Amino acid sequence: MNDLIYNLAQGWERWISSFLPAWLVTLIDDLLIVVALLLLVILFVLAFIWLERKLVARLQDRTGPNRVGPYGLFQPIADTLKLLAKEVITPDGADKAVYNLAPVLVVFGPLMGLGVLPLGVHLIGADLNIGIFFVMALGSVSEIAVLMAGWSSNNKYALLGAFRAVAQLISYEVPMVLAVLAVVIMTGSMSMQSIVKAQNPLMFLIVMPTAFVVYFLSANAEMARTPFDLLEAESELIAGYHIEYSGMKFAMFYLAEYINLFVLGGVATTLFLGGWGGPFVDKVPLLGTFYFLAKDLLMVALWMWIRGTFPRFRIDHMLSFAWKVLVPVGVVLVLLTGFVVWLTNDYWLQLAILLPGNLVTLWVALELLGRDARKSGERDKRLALA
Amino acid sequence: MFIHQYTFIGILALVALLFGPITIILGLLLGPRKPNPVKNSTYECGLQTIGDTWVRFRAQYYLFALIFVVFDVEAIFLLPWAVAYHKLGLVALVDAAIFILILVLGLVYAWVKDALEWW
Repeated sequence: MNDLIYNLAQGWERWISSFLPAWLVTLIDDLLIVVALLLLVILFVLAFIWLERKLVARLQDRTGPNRVGPYGLFQPIADTLKLLAKEVITPDGADKAVYNLAPVLVVFGPLMGLGVLPLGVHLIGADLNIGIFFVMALGSVSEIAVLMAGWSSNNKYALLGAFRAVAQLISYEVPMVLAVLAVVIMTGSMSMQSIVKAQNPLMFLIVMPTAFVVYFLSANAEMARTPFDLLEAESELIAGYHIEYSGMKFAMFYLAEYINLFVLGGVATTLFLGGWGGPFVDKVPLLGTFYFLAKDLLMVALWMWIRGTFPRFRIDHMLSFAWKVLVPVGVVLVLLTGFVVWLTNDYWLQLAILLPGNLVTLWVALELLGRDARKSGERDKRLALA
Repeated sequence: MFIHQYTFIGILALVALLFGPITIILGLLLGPRKPNPVKNSTYECGLQTIGDTWVRFRAQYYLFALIFVVFDVEAIFLLPWAVAYHKLGLVALVDAAIFILILVLGLVYAWVKDALEWW
């Protein structure tokens, strides 16, 4: 009874292998896992849509949806039904093939990332030994889908939006990979389960908090959420690269953003918050899944909190921040972690050098950033840009 | 054992690729279909579109993409280094530090030459 899901899975394996050939058993098992993952993520996405609207509303001193069900809980279902029933308009002169392919690809990237999230002690779709690298690579699939959407819409604003979107997404992919590199050096493996198991006794949030900050901000920009959401800045570019999409095609972009929230939150919990680790997990492994989902929810709530709090960034600020702040900090972190791991094998000595090193890096970066902000504030006032 | 992991990824890829079209086709079936010229025209704040759609490409985007490619390739080289790092000695650290510093020098050069400005 301890490891409920694992024992159930073993029982199912024994029963079904008794009358079906091995390859068919694997096929059916994989299909069941994929369907279970999809149902889980759709459930979470509905919850996130509700959570976002309620949380951001409360932060803005208003109530949020409360008509559709008790506390507005059926609002996401109402939204889905509305989007299903909308007319799908294809603009004149749009590149039909690319235009139709873009929403499919934009939801394909995050969905694939689900397969490597370590949802529990033994619950992972595929424990690839290049797990985290796989997730990084999938980020690039969404980038090309964004460019396809903007290019094929036959709309100047969509095209401009797509260019800026890709500039933002590629700029923030570099610091994300550098933060992940620091974690991989500490762990010695790219496999997600190994990274979770290596965070025993302390989660990497405590060992390298600056790497967490770099990853958190880069993931925020990768998901194109406020304050990095100038790609769909309603007041600037109407709706950015997805102006010309309506109905279910728009719903795919919308869905992709929330699935990306779940996946990148899951990656952040795996890398920095200890994944499925926590008290009593060795006795009751099912608690591991609960811990993972709770930590994922915490990360998502943090991103939503930031969304409701900060104003949007200007594009040159945003790109400068990526290349002039996050990339140097990331490089310093990688070199520091490499140095510490070479220096000693003793965990506590590594911690004693890494943690202050991280905090010093963060402090120096903030100091330099403050000084530069003051200087560029003067420059902007001079050029009348502010 | 590894092949089983990748067959899972393959099945996930297939289902993920089918997820999009199936929901979109569901939407197409359920929604009305009444095209008219005004609805189908491209959106430009309610006005007629002026000029060609495919506007000129600013060179600034190219510069950012170039720097991104350099750092992306660096990241690809550093990932296997990071995985094997535990077993290698001081030489690995020094080599990687020189590699990273050469590329950071490129970033500093781009910074000083104002290639990272947006305007």
